[in-house]
Amino acid sequence: MKRLKASFKYIFLTLISILSIFPLYWMAVSSTNTSTDVISGKLLPGVNFINNWRNLIISQDVFQAFTNSAKNAICLTFISLLVCSLAGYGFEVYHDKKKDIVMFFLLLSMMVPFVAILIPLFQMFAKAGFLNSTIGFILPTISTPFLIMMFRQSTRSFPHDIIEAARIDGFSEMRIFTRVYIPTMKSTYLAAMTITFMNAWNSYLWPKVIMMTNKSVTIPMLVANLLSGYVIDYGLLNVAILICTLPTVIIFFFLQKSFTEGVAGSVK
Amino acid sequence: MRLICYTKYKMKTAKHNRSLNNRINFQGWLFVIPATILICCMSFYPMIRALILSFQKGVGSNMSWTGADNYARLFHDKVFIQALTNTSIYLILQVPVMIIWALVLATMLNDKNLKFKGFFRTAIFLPCTVSLVAYAIIFRSMFSVDGFVNAFLLNTGILNTRVNWLGSAIGARSVIIIGMIWRWTGFNMILFLAALQNVDYSVYEAAKIDGASAIKQFFSITLPLVKPTILFTAIMSTNGALQLFDESFVLTNGGPANATITLTHYIYRVSFQNSPNFGYAAAMSYFVLALVAILAIIQMKVGDKR
Repeated sequence: MKRLKASFKYIFLTLISILSIFPLYWMAVSSTNTSTDVISGKLLPGVNFINNWRNLIISQDVFQAFTNSAKNAICLTFISLLVCSLAGYGFEVYHDKKKDIVMFFLLLSMMVPFVAILIPLFQMFAKAGFLNSTIGFILPTISTPFLIMMFRQSTRSFPHDIIEAARIDGFSEMRIFTRVYIPTMKSTYLAAMTITFMNAWNSYLWPKVIMMTNKSVTIPMLVANLLSGYVIDYGLLNVAILICTLPTVIIFFFLQKSFTEGVAGSVK
Repeated sequence: MRLICYTKYKMKTAKHNRSLNNRINFQGWLFVIPATILICCMSFYPMIRALILSFQKGVGSNMSWTGADNYARLFHDKVFIQALTNTSIYLILQVPVMIIWALVLATMLNDKNLKFKGFFRTAIFLPCTVSLVAYAIIFRSMFSVDGFVNAFLLNTGILNTRVNWLGSAIGARSVIIIGMIWRWTGFNMILFLAALQNVDYSVYEAAKIDGASAIKQFFSITLPLVKPTILFTAIMSTNGALQLFDESFVLTNGGPANATITLTHYIYRVSFQNSPNFGYAAAMSYFVLALVAILAIIQMKVGDKR
């Protein structure tokens, strides 16, 4: 009876895993097949990948979009991690009544739906000349309450004795942060990096609003634009989706361990 | 004499300490100021601008005051009411189902003796790494009339004609809900797993010895311990469901006949497509803001009580 129960659990979990992976498998396989094969429901890899790839780069400027996406996402991740970890550390280590009140107000901004500030942001950025640029892409989401909160929670487990010891050794506050804090909190940084990079790479609504020239199109925008054609080439489409998906999947696989650790540390 | 010296010394160090504290405290502000200024400029200031806009009408620099007209219009706008209904349907169906589902999977994976745990966890989390646009297109092509799902059901003989999944209101909504559950369950599951891993495993073993069934264990040990995480995921998912855009925009384009359009999609349409109406769009977005705030307050109240 017990064994039956255990094997049921394995069968159930395997089934769920298959359902979970299947759409991705289907996408990867379809990128190697012709459009007709995809429509007929073919589930085995074909030999048409290079052909689909060629069709894609002839019709779309994939390299430009890829570079744009990479540039935007990397800049945003780097700056956002710096600003938010500084704030998370500051709110925890130097906390007093005033800073707690400020933190509370920052957390309130979590409730602001992005769409509510979309139009004013668009107007502000149009006036400042930030449209079609990386700075326009990154500015609204550099400082997010979610990341500040995440760093603040993780800082709780950072021993304050070390900070005191470093102060006695004559370290300046900023030096404690850069030399002591950052190296010890590696897994939190990696987890935050994974989340921020994925969000930046995948974001669609904001770039769709501010990226108005062909040269500034990002990968998700390019993929979505492929749907506007009269006849959809599913092989070509799936190659584009593959390009859009691979970077985040690869990053996740590399950073999986620190990602789960970092998330675990921040929920505690 | 000695006493005076000692008091003087004490006062001096106290003064020194206070100035040190003041200095450190001041430096503390330097840490939090960049993030604070950015949130004020990129979130609170635009909110005030949006509030002003929501009482205006017109285009570009030709804005004029119209009082609460934009808000009054909300209740007569059929598409808005349709969008509100759709968003509520997604919210009511998707959020609870997904949270319970994620909790069940997390409890199953929290078993110490389970083999291939890493594989199962990775497999279930993997959809979260896919961009919303990409998954929306994958689901759109899988469920299209000549898509994989129909081909599969025809080949296995379950159906004998192709079904137009995205052509009917119920079908299209179901596809969106299934897609959202597919995309987001893994993320919530990881959060629950992290919360569960803080629980000492011996608690479960003790419960097992006392003869508590798996279901009893779940309700009396697991559930109370992950309550804060449930609250957190509930608020996050509600927020996400109310702001749904990519799925509606890419997967169904709001169709058929606005049956799947979401609030954010409609706001986008009013703001940037056809004839832009920033004032009306701002009024709608304040409605969404109010919804998010009210639901978050309710959830926090309920979460506190239990």
